[in-house]
Amino acid sequence: MDPKPQDHQSPSSTPSELRQVLVLRPPPVFAVHEQDFSSKFHILKAYDSPLPTHDFLQAHAQSVKAVLCSGIGPITAEVIHNLPALELVVTASTGVNHIDMAECRRRGITVTNTGDVFSDDVADAAVGLLIDVMRRITSGDRFVRSGRWATSGEYTLGSKLACKRVGIVGLGNIGSRVATRLKAMGCLVSYTSRQEKHTTPFTFYPNILQLAFNSDALVICCALTNETRHIINNKVMMALGKKGIIVNIARGAIINEVELVKCLVEGEIGGAGLDVFENEPNVPKELFELDNVVLLPHRTAFTQESFYNAAQILIGNLEAFFTNKPLLTLVANEF
Amino acid sequence: MDPQDHQQPELRQVLVLQPPFVFNIHEHLFADRFHVLKAYDSPLPTRDFLQANAQSVKVVLCSGIRDLPALKLVVTDATGVNHIDMAECVRRGIKVTNVGDVYSDDVADAAVGLLIDVMRRITSGERFVRDGCWTTSREYPLGAKLGGKRVGIVGLGNIGSRVATRLEAMGCIVSYTSRRKKQSTPFTFYPNILQLAFDSDALVLCCALTNNTRHMIDNKVMKALGKKGIIVNVARGALVDEVELVKCLLEGELGGVGLDVFENEPNAPRELFELDNVVFLPHAAAFTNESFYDVAQVMIANLEVFFGNKPLLTLVNNKF
Repeated sequence: MDPKPQDHQSPSSTPSELRQVLVLRPPPVFAVHEQDFSSKFHILKAYDSPLPTHDFLQAHAQSVKAVLCSGIGPITAEVIHNLPALELVVTASTGVNHIDMAECRRRGITVTNTGDVFSDDVADAAVGLLIDVMRRITSGDRFVRSGRWATSGEYTLGSKLACKRVGIVGLGNIGSRVATRLKAMGCLVSYTSRQEKHTTPFTFYPNILQLAFNSDALVICCALTNETRHIINNKVMMALGKKGIIVNIARGAIINEVELVKCLVEGEIGGAGLDVFENEPNVPKELFELDNVVLLPHRTAFTQESFYNAAQILIGNLEAFFTNKPLLTLVANEF
Repeated sequence: MDPQDHQQPELRQVLVLQPPFVFNIHEHLFADRFHVLKAYDSPLPTRDFLQANAQSVKVVLCSGIRDLPALKLVVTDATGVNHIDMAECVRRGIKVTNVGDVYSDDVADAAVGLLIDVMRRITSGERFVRDGCWTTSREYPLGAKLGGKRVGIVGLGNIGSRVATRLEAMGCIVSYTSRRKKQSTPFTFYPNILQLAFDSDALVLCCALTNNTRHMIDNKVMKALGKKGIIVNVARGALVDEVELVKCLLEGELGGVGLDVFENEPNAPRELFELDNVVFLPHAAAFTNESFYDVAQVMIANLEVFFGNKPLLTLVNNKF
């Protein structure tokens, strides 16, 4: 079905009730800033309805032009089919892997993300995770809290950061910030990316396997696409080696999680810092037995500051849409 | 001293009262080169052992110097010398070497790691996952962004300056206090700790423990830092009034702390074990495989030059 012609009212007289924004599942930013959205737009909360999503959309969302989503509420082809008037998908995330981009392209639906509002915080946390695994910080905390320090005294040595070769997978907004931070700590930074970046001083490797062979640690900072799904597999982990460390703050499915668990349990890699998993919020139970793994509940992006900035950008994009102005953080749809 | 001494380990006596941590891995490097007198292995009480065996000892690894009349050199495996009676060493003309800056990178990295951990709730988040809460709870306790935060470094020496560089790369606004202003750094100098605390979101302690710095972080400083304020201590426990610190944390007068050192190690204040905004390390900020190796090298090198009558490498300037 073709999208309806745009029939926006003039900017000064668009009452909020006509500015419908569909939300299937509340994005994390709603936990703090929902009020800012509901004071400006008519939020259609599918999650508050007793109806199954499909029925709700059929009954209430046939004229909805904009949907606000995040990773926990995927915008699938089926959802899009149930929204004949949809023109805009606003995701409260940087990644768009939970959106059927091919279908959006086909339907002429525009997608905006949160630009780089999360990049600093994710980069800081990636560095924090790397330090934590190499220097055994969380492990040390457990050692003290459990009373073992007072009784047994001895503690396993960590590994120095300076001069370690760190391979960054994806040198975008997040990866480049990770690189700057690690360089300040004396790490030797290299990267792999879809294309070589000629403006950076860091060494480029054309593929992940070569990067892994030449690295002591990998920090995953790329998007999840068909090309990057399970790109970190057994072969790459073996190349990284028994002392190798993986930090993943991107998307769980970039790593073959079954193989990761096997490598960790069997000591084929040295440790891992993971903020993301293939089947969140479920974390492989085998990892709970390990002391060389640091696990976070997908919140490296979550700070007071980033939530505020994210709310601003999301609202900004929605405002721009409803007043027929250029969108702030349009995602180039390469499908 | 006979220059041929260096050929015969038996004549190069080095007394050790308690084995330094570095011995756990690198003891053989010392034993190959020197005659290591292990007081800790003897059934005799220390005093008796020294009377019987150590009357011509010129070198000791670490302290306990009263019963060593021939002592010329104390070689410590630490950077700090607060555990050595420096006044006595000056009186007796005994030299002291430390390990220079071999630990500095690692301690700075750990300090940064602790700050990120407290601000971004990393260890706290880990507990949330391991306790199985992620599958049942939709809590989103937010962390605090590092960029733009004002971090006050207490002591801008080898460790403090490295912490400063790292935090600057993360967008923090770095200031410091020190005994004297450092003319060659770009960071803002504060003449005293209280002023620094008032103008900071976090303090990172990187200075030596002396009579002047003992309990310098007291209730007044903590109140000045404020309810969201964070303290990271990778220096010495006694820089902080620990009783006051516990009180402030329990009463919500401080935002959080990352502590590698305590007043009464290995005992960390148990009242803090229930808190989610505290991160503990077992005095391990300096401990990596690499630093242990470097420490062994520096200590051995100082011992070698001493027995070879050459200038010491990491002599501590004794201001007593």
